[in-house]
Amino acid sequence: MLLAFFKWCEASWIGKGISGSVYLFPVVEATHLLALAVIGGAVLIVDMRLAGLGLKKTSAAEVAREAEPWLIGSLLIMLVSGFMLMCSEAMRCYYNGAFWLKMYSLFFAVIFTFTIRRRVAAAATASGTTAKAILVAVISVLLWSGVGLGGRGIGFY
Amino acid sequence: MLFQFMQWLEATPASVAFHESIWSFPIVESIHVLGLCLFLGMAVLTDLRLMGLVFRRVPLSEVMGHVLPWTWAGAVIMVVSGMVLFLNTPVRYYTNIFLRVKFCMLFLAVINAWVFHSGIYRKIARWDRTIPTPTYAKIAGAVSLLMWGGVVVAGRMIAYNWFDKR
Repeated sequence: MLLAFFKWCEASWIGKGISGSVYLFPVVEATHLLALAVIGGAVLIVDMRLAGLGLKKTSAAEVAREAEPWLIGSLLIMLVSGFMLMCSEAMRCYYNGAFWLKMYSLFFAVIFTFTIRRRVAAAATASGTTAKAILVAVISVLLWSGVGLGGRGIGFY
Repeated sequence: MLFQFMQWLEATPASVAFHESIWSFPIVESIHVLGLCLFLGMAVLTDLRLMGLVFRRVPLSEVMGHVLPWTWAGAVIMVVSGMVLFLNTPVRYYTNIFLRVKFCMLFLAVINAWVFHSGIYRKIARWDRTIPTPTYAKIAGAVSLLMWGGVVVAGRMIAYNWFDKR
């Protein structure tokens, strides 16, 4: 099932187009990295606030609300550029442990971010922080770090 | 002169050991990439605030005061890990066009930040809450975003040997 999908990706015009070009992969990869800077900021500023660091005078709810459009926007760019990169070497990714570490981390990071973390941040109106908020921040940073480490690992695996 | 220094650096035990190790490069490179999230993430948010695009209700001085220490922490991670990465193949990096472009952009980004902090930021009390932000603040933010973006793109391109002399 999954194997067929990866084969289809590699044979698609996106996959063929990128792997057949000298410059397209680096260009898409660079776009992926630029969006990484934005998503890194959008994730970290909220987690830092949940942990009582960073923008301390602003409530976690407001920090999360302000960061959300940037989080969603950069996540979309990451997903689209990431999918294009995957297509260009789909079979290599299929047999790549780091790629799957990244996919599992991404799956759980996205679900965690838009369910539990979103709710905890929205409810945290007080100026301080709670043990629960700190725990949420730590889990979020660990999950997203897994995505980053797995992603960098694809090239080394 | 500098080229001879790179040749000497490449022959040092530290450089040889780093180059020969299987794990050191991936580990330090991963630290460099995660550090990018912290350093550039904070820098991007600061720049976006300068342009009046995020945290509009938070005074700029407060964003600066709370975010800048983290930007500095990220910068230290980036510079230290970057210098260790450089040990991998000093001669190749020194002659790599993208590394030179990266350093030029880096220089311009730092100059831009310095001009901003020693100039208009000193009169922050006058426009701390002003939205839309003054034009000069928007320019400082946009120039910063462009320069740091250039640093990232040029940095990633160091991996490619399109223009390497062989």
